[in-house]
Amino acid sequence: MSKKSFRQAINEALRQEMRRDPTVILMGEDVAGGRGGSAGTQDAWGGVLGVTKGLYEEFGETRVLDTPITEASYIGAAAGAAVTGLRPVAELMFVDFVGCCLDQIMNQAAKFRYMFGGKARTPLVIRAMYGAGFNAAAQHSQALYPLFTHIPGLKVVIPSSPYEAKGLLISAIRDDDPVIFLENKVMYDVEEEVPDEPYAIPFGEANLTREGDDVTIVAFGRMVGMANEAADRLAKKGIGCTVIDPRTTSPLDSETILDCVADTGRLVIVDESSPRCNMATDIAALVAEQAFDSLRAPIRRVVPPHTPVPFATVLETLYLPSVEKIEAAVTATMNHRVTEKV
Amino acid sequence: MTPDITPITMPKFGLAMTEGKIAGWLVEPGTQVTAGEELVDIETSKITNTFESPVAGLLRRHVAANGEMLPVGALIGIVADAAVADADIDAFITRFQADFAAASDQADGAEAADEPVMMQVGAHSLRVHDRGTGDGTPLVLIHGFGGDLKNWMLNHAALAHGRRVIAFDLPGHGGSSKDVGPGTLAFFADVTAQLLAHLDLSRVHVMGHSLGGGIALTLACTQPALVASLTLIAPAGLGPQINMDFINGFIEADCVRGVQDVLKYLVHDKALIGRRMADDVLRYKRLDGAEAALRKVAAACFPDGKQGDDLRFVLASADMPVTLIWGQADEILPVAQADGLPGSVIRHILPAIGHMPQLESATAVNEVVEAFIGHEVATA
Repeated sequence: MSKKSFRQAINEALRQEMRRDPTVILMGEDVAGGRGGSAGTQDAWGGVLGVTKGLYEEFGETRVLDTPITEASYIGAAAGAAVTGLRPVAELMFVDFVGCCLDQIMNQAAKFRYMFGGKARTPLVIRAMYGAGFNAAAQHSQALYPLFTHIPGLKVVIPSSPYEAKGLLISAIRDDDPVIFLENKVMYDVEEEVPDEPYAIPFGEANLTREGDDVTIVAFGRMVGMANEAADRLAKKGIGCTVIDPRTTSPLDSETILDCVADTGRLVIVDESSPRCNMATDIAALVAEQAFDSLRAPIRRVVPPHTPVPFATVLETLYLPSVEKIEAAVTATMNHRVTEKV
Repeated sequence: MTPDITPITMPKFGLAMTEGKIAGWLVEPGTQVTAGEELVDIETSKITNTFESPVAGLLRRHVAANGEMLPVGALIGIVADAAVADADIDAFITRFQADFAAASDQADGAEAADEPVMMQVGAHSLRVHDRGTGDGTPLVLIHGFGGDLKNWMLNHAALAHGRRVIAFDLPGHGGSSKDVGPGTLAFFADVTAQLLAHLDLSRVHVMGHSLGGGIALTLACTQPALVASLTLIAPAGLGPQINMDFINGFIEADCVRGVQDVLKYLVHDKALIGRRMADDVLRYKRLDGAEAALRKVAAACFPDGKQGDDLRFVLASADMPVTLIWGQADEILPVAQADGLPGSVIRHILPAIGHMPQLESATAVNEVVEAFIGHEVATA
């Protein structure tokens, strides 16, 4: 056990699974880390953000495959390799690039098991970074997990910390279905205690990071940390919050969400993806349909406006949910008074 | 922070940047700069980039010289109005540097001293927490089935006065490596002896809980010279019965709720079992090899749903002093197993306490142990 960054935790999960299982391979743009160059350096950077650093050196070019900048071809190749016996982990770099290869994911990988009558399995992981907050502008900052969650046949994982990232990525690699594994790019330097040994966190089991009686907060990925901070601040004001990190949007642990809402009667959902048809709307619908009688106040969503992610720092800050915005939403739901209609 | 003084700090250009080098100042002190004007070239491990002034004003100081390598957030320059006195700028820099150093110390200090460490003992990698100093005979704590050194969290520091108190994770448990060999009490007693040899300890008080009590008894039998005294908390080995619903439930539980339900067998006051405790157990159980290790230990120690080792004979012939602590309401190992032992065994039966008195009744247990081994030290 030692302190590891989000980046190191992901690297360690890849390394340990590659050591354990020779069928695990990596594919993607620059995953071998800038091979060649004027100095002839190999594995100089380990990918654009250094996540795969050292893996090319250990596992070589037959297992760490640098690909051309052609998402449709290598994501398709990874899906084909998965369905014929390998366990590829393909990296899409920015999730925004999925537009170039969505057919391979949505119509091919996600459908194999179903369309081959359960006889095919597709142990494919697609890693990608998502999220705003790093001045990466509109084409490199989206949080597209609702898009994948919408497609039956895909599993969608959003780790909220280094510990979560390692255990969930190991589960993703061992899973026999296609898994979209989304890493918030602002979190790579976040550190916490992470066991040195491999471990697997199952999909579809939410994690409660705070427990309180007044309000349930559901948050995803980087938003979990913000929700925790808001909960800690609110606790000092006497408002107890339960914070739920669902870990995976598909499968979704509806049971835990409904149980917690039944206890607290108030729900705030924090989601940094675009506000229409996102996880906040999905969970709001779930609760409105199945726990309506538990609710003591309207469901509140802390979400960005329906615009592209702005580049300018002040606008990007304004765009994203924040600790303050979560606190305000919780306070608003606490202050709600039911007016009896005659 | 003085409003008239603006600190210029080492920027963070990329996600991976933790430090940067002043490749060259582009503006000399005494120059009026506009916001967005190029101030200084910063070299990172990835790229050299020009840092633009975040504000308009008079550049008063270069705090960092060309060629200096500094962490992100470190002070590199000062922009302040001409009216601000040099002495005020000096004071500002002193204060900033002190705060910045304190903040980085705090970040580093987290991994200081009093923490468990990993030790290679023979073929096993063991997590060991060695606390306290003094001349008293050291005390070694052996946890039970599925437990780890944190089972002693309410006892470890309290007993570590005037003596070393060493808690460790058994193989297959907690942060230790997961190979449990044959999974028998004799195996674990042997690893304990190896750890003591590794720590250069030739004689220790041994306190064992549950399965750890059985291990302590085995150690007292095989290596009596090592054992100055035995403190047994609801130990294994004194009767055949064991609650296999707990053992099997603990092995099989794979979600928070399931673990929480199983852990309730451990205590009389069920409210003690919170979600955090279940989370901790799940973190351990989800490590590769943990479940297999538990299955192997259960098969070796509890074959056919009963305890396989009868260690009553050890107490009949033991030369060392023995104290026995048992919760009256134990739901794992029945308290009746504390009956019929030699008169020399000091018995403490705690009413309305379950299988983990060291947790549920920590103060009473600590007092009993302190009096027992403290006395041994006095008469030694």
